[in-house]
Amino acid sequence: MAQIQDTIAKLFPEATFEQDDTLLVNIPDAKWHQLATQLKENSELAFDFLVTIVGMDWKDKMGCIYYLTSTTHNHHVSVKVTTDNREEPVLHSVSDLWAIAGMFEREVYDFFGIVFVGNNDLRRLFLSVDWNGFPLRKDYDENPALNPVSTDNERQTDFSTAYYENAEGKVERRVVRVFEPDDFVVNIGPQHPATHGVLRFRTAVDGETIKKIDVYMGYIHRGIEKICEKLTYPQTLHFMDRLDYFSAHPYHHCLCMTIEQAAGIEVSRRVQVIRVLMDELSRIASHCLFIGTYCMDLGATTMLFYTLRVREQILDIMEKTCGARMTFNYECIGGVMQDLAPDFVDDVKALLAVIPKNIKEYNKIFTGNVIAKNRLEGVGYLSKEDAISWSVSGPSGRGSGWACDVRKTNPYSIYSELEFDEVVRHEGDSMARFKVRMDEIVQSARIIEQLIDNIPEGEICAKVPKVLKLPVGRWFRTVEGCRGTFGVYLESDGATSPYRLKIAPPCLPLASVVDHITRGSKIADLITIGGSLDYIVPDMDR
Amino acid sequence: MPYEAWKDNEYIESLVKELQDNGANVIVGSFDKLINWGRSNSLWPLTFATSCCGIEFVSLGAARFDMARFGWEVARSSPRQADFIMVAGTIVNRMAPVVRRLYDQLAEPKYVIACGACAVSGGPFKKSYHVVMGVDQIIPVDVYLPGCPPRPEAMIYAIMQLSRKIKVERFFGGVNRKEKQEEFLKNHPIDEVVD
Amino acid sequence: MFDFSIITTWIDNLLRSFMPEWLTVVTECVLIGFVLLLAYSLLALFYIYFERKVCAAFQCRIGPNRVGPWGLLQSVADMFKILIKELISLKYTDKFLFALAPYLVILASMLTFAVLPWGNGLQIINFNIGIFFLIAVSSIGVLGILLAGWSSNNKFTLIGAMRSGAQMVSYELSIGLSVLTMVAFAGTMNIVEIVEAQDRLWFIFSGHLPALIAFVIYMIAGTAETNRGPFDLPEAESELTAGYHTEYSGIHFGFFYLAEYLNLFVVSGVATLLFFGGWMPLHFPGWDGFNEIMNYIPSIVWFIGKAVALSFIIIWFKWTFPRLRIDQMLSLEWKYLLPINLFNLVLMVLVIAYGWFI
Repeated sequence: MAQIQDTIAKLFPEATFEQDDTLLVNIPDAKWHQLATQLKENSELAFDFLVTIVGMDWKDKMGCIYYLTSTTHNHHVSVKVTTDNREEPVLHSVSDLWAIAGMFEREVYDFFGIVFVGNNDLRRLFLSVDWNGFPLRKDYDENPALNPVSTDNERQTDFSTAYYENAEGKVERRVVRVFEPDDFVVNIGPQHPATHGVLRFRTAVDGETIKKIDVYMGYIHRGIEKICEKLTYPQTLHFMDRLDYFSAHPYHHCLCMTIEQAAGIEVSRRVQVIRVLMDELSRIASHCLFIGTYCMDLGATTMLFYTLRVREQILDIMEKTCGARMTFNYECIGGVMQDLAPDFVDDVKALLAVIPKNIKEYNKIFTGNVIAKNRLEGVGYLSKEDAISWSVSGPSGRGSGWACDVRKTNPYSIYSELEFDEVVRHEGDSMARFKVRMDEIVQSARIIEQLIDNIPEGEICAKVPKVLKLPVGRWFRTVEGCRGTFGVYLESDGATSPYRLKIAPPCLPLASVVDHITRGSKIADLITIGGSLDYIVPDMDR
Repeated sequence: MPYEAWKDNEYIESLVKELQDNGANVIVGSFDKLINWGRSNSLWPLTFATSCCGIEFVSLGAARFDMARFGWEVARSSPRQADFIMVAGTIVNRMAPVVRRLYDQLAEPKYVIACGACAVSGGPFKKSYHVVMGVDQIIPVDVYLPGCPPRPEAMIYAIMQLSRKIKVERFFGGVNRKEKQEEFLKNHPIDEVVD
Repeated sequence: MFDFSIITTWIDNLLRSFMPEWLTVVTECVLIGFVLLLAYSLLALFYIYFERKVCAAFQCRIGPNRVGPWGLLQSVADMFKILIKELISLKYTDKFLFALAPYLVILASMLTFAVLPWGNGLQIINFNIGIFFLIAVSSIGVLGILLAGWSSNNKFTLIGAMRSGAQMVSYELSIGLSVLTMVAFAGTMNIVEIVEAQDRLWFIFSGHLPALIAFVIYMIAGTAETNRGPFDLPEAESELTAGYHTEYSGIHFGFFYLAEYLNLFVVSGVATLLFFGGWMPLHFPGWDGFNEIMNYIPSIVWFIGKAVALSFIIIWFKWTFPRLRIDQMLSLEWKYLLPINLFNLVLMVLVIAYGWFI
């Protein structure tokens, strides 16, 4: 940390530093792009992974906090860039350095109206073109009359805007085309079986070959971040179930850890073991469903029914303990809601016994099939550099050879004591992404095996004050969700509800990278690639 | 399932009464019975899901709950060929025109099940700025199914309720449902699609 | 073996006894048409039920079991519903072609019924180029599909139709060549004679290697012809929603749906005819007792039984394999099946010339 601070201070004397859970660098907007270039290019720093951009409205100021990680040195830094102009907030874009930054900046623009100079495609991301106001600003008018529910078709535009600085340093607006005028554009989604929910691709095709994909999100944008600002801390928890509904446990785990860290609550070892067990069980369930739906997308419908058998078995275990099949709301601040069901251990052991058999069966039916091999191998290649630049984490990133498992790189809870391998493959194609998930099931089973016989006794929930107030400050935690690095940014002003709760979902980069991967492939490959990335739309839309 | 085990018997009975008040011809009545038998036993869903409820709908099709037993497994991806739309998940402002359009694209007779708390009333997102508070604001709903998400068993119950409702419908002569639907659509108009 | 032509000749003579010649022909045509339609719809209903049950069995499910005993009436209920479902008329489409397409598709599969050998003497029309006629009429179907995709004025249907066109035109070659191989072996195009030629032993056994290769290729190409998985690209659900029939509703969609299953029957029926002796019972030279017993089973049962068994294999394909991609599918045909097929034809000619068959 100190070393990073020294290096940056030497290069940029105007930078000031704050020490939270990560080092925070304050930098004026004018110098930000230079600093960003240094952060990325300087081999001592080498911050090549942009975890998230947190848009902020501090009432007097607007700005962004950039969370950066270096994949080579495994160190972290955050950078705060602000502007005083509330009417026309302008910051400099870093979309030329990190590929994913363009998408993150669109999100910030959508929520806060901050314009990024140098971003070539600054449109609304989640909300429609005609939406009034910027919802996450503190002075946003939520009057439904301003943005009524309409059944008229949404206005569709083929143009985007870009902002750039002219010679005198004045910001000017420019209109950019999204598609070429004579492109044959096929609209895929939002109601389409292959998009895994309500994602929309406008696809320019040449025959069956894809020229460009324009991704439209927001068809399930529920504004969870804004709602959370009106709720108390325990109330915010249940939204974690409704983001990525397969990673309900890991997501809960993350927010609970963040709040516990902020409030200084210690959780017992029993709770930690239970949480890790639940995380891994849901990882198996999630990957099982992935395999099933993926094979269904490729036309092998029967596989879905075989994988769902295992999933149902896990859901039974969960239901006995948590009382629900999908939205568990099990972890709470300080521990878990209920103790484990009496036959939890036996059920899990029964599950562990069938998993190897099932994996073998899946491999026999699908992975070894010559058609499957032809469809998957070499399709949708994503290099390691691109994966990092696009922040494609989780199993999809590991399929490209990027060892990005948060459980290994920044172990949380009791993961550092556990023995398991990080599954990494270097092919970078759809088959690699598929096989990574297949192998992760085995690794998760291994973790569960180590823990299931040694669940320590202890309290299931620590003493937590009835009305929970967090001290003033900011915290950022990441965990390994079932689909990648999931982060929660929490800023508190000392009240009972969060000042800002930013959710950094893994699926937003996964969907953003689709355009990059699919160029030049066939339409049928779009399904293969999209399926292998395994994004969950409610997760990216929030 | 025995008659007593159902929950909404009063509603169905009032519907039957309303229909019988108009009087039914014997021959026409038996035609109606045949048609309704066909319709109520052959409900093809539209593959439509926005969030969590959709995953439970997948579970409903899987081996454990097997909706194929009732003949509901022919999920059509094209709205022209489906019979009912199970609004499984939250409908947000941006999705509203799409849902309405899907409904308009369904061929008559068409039915809607509002599945899950979000589709019924907005559910946990009641305070949101971007969520439609109940899908009945944009399309007429036949069966409401609460739950977050509803269990597959509950979904079976809901579709069976729909099937019961269809059984007492009338095809020939005055059809009450159609009038109500037209009335609803008149009150919730959409602009002509301009190409 | 009971000869059904006794019944048909008796009916013919009866009608002729009190009717003039032209009226007899008209009456017979109407009768045949009626029987054909009935057989057609019953077979379709059965096939839909059959596929749903088979698929359920593969997927560890039960399948339809609520409507009627064992769910037997499920497809009947579906039929009633689809008959009175609204036919949506679309703006900006070619109305005439749009309405014509489903009829073309259903016509193509229905015409092939005319020459299928249903039983001993139970055949609608018997003429010297029967198998040729069969290939000719079954190709009309692709026209219907192309029209459907084109006239719907929808990008998905258009892509679906184009895929279907490319697929069917290519696989028609394989079908034609493998049929040609067997025709060369049988030495005739007349369907009755082909069946009779298998009196001693079915072609799949007597023609050994080349017949076996021809059979495998025919099954692959036949699956592709019926647009079924793993070749169901024209209606690939996850890619093109419902492919070329996305815009069709009500009974028009029902026609496409029926035609798919009927084509399945036609393809397996032709395979039965060419490789498994049509309605001919299982005979082995020398096993006279066995052959006698086999003869007791009526010929129509033999034919339909064999066809359903072959359809089961095609259904099995669908529920096991993932879907191919369009370029893979075309390269499978042009780079592998076609050369193998040509080679196989030469092999068959050698087999015939040197009399290597059993």
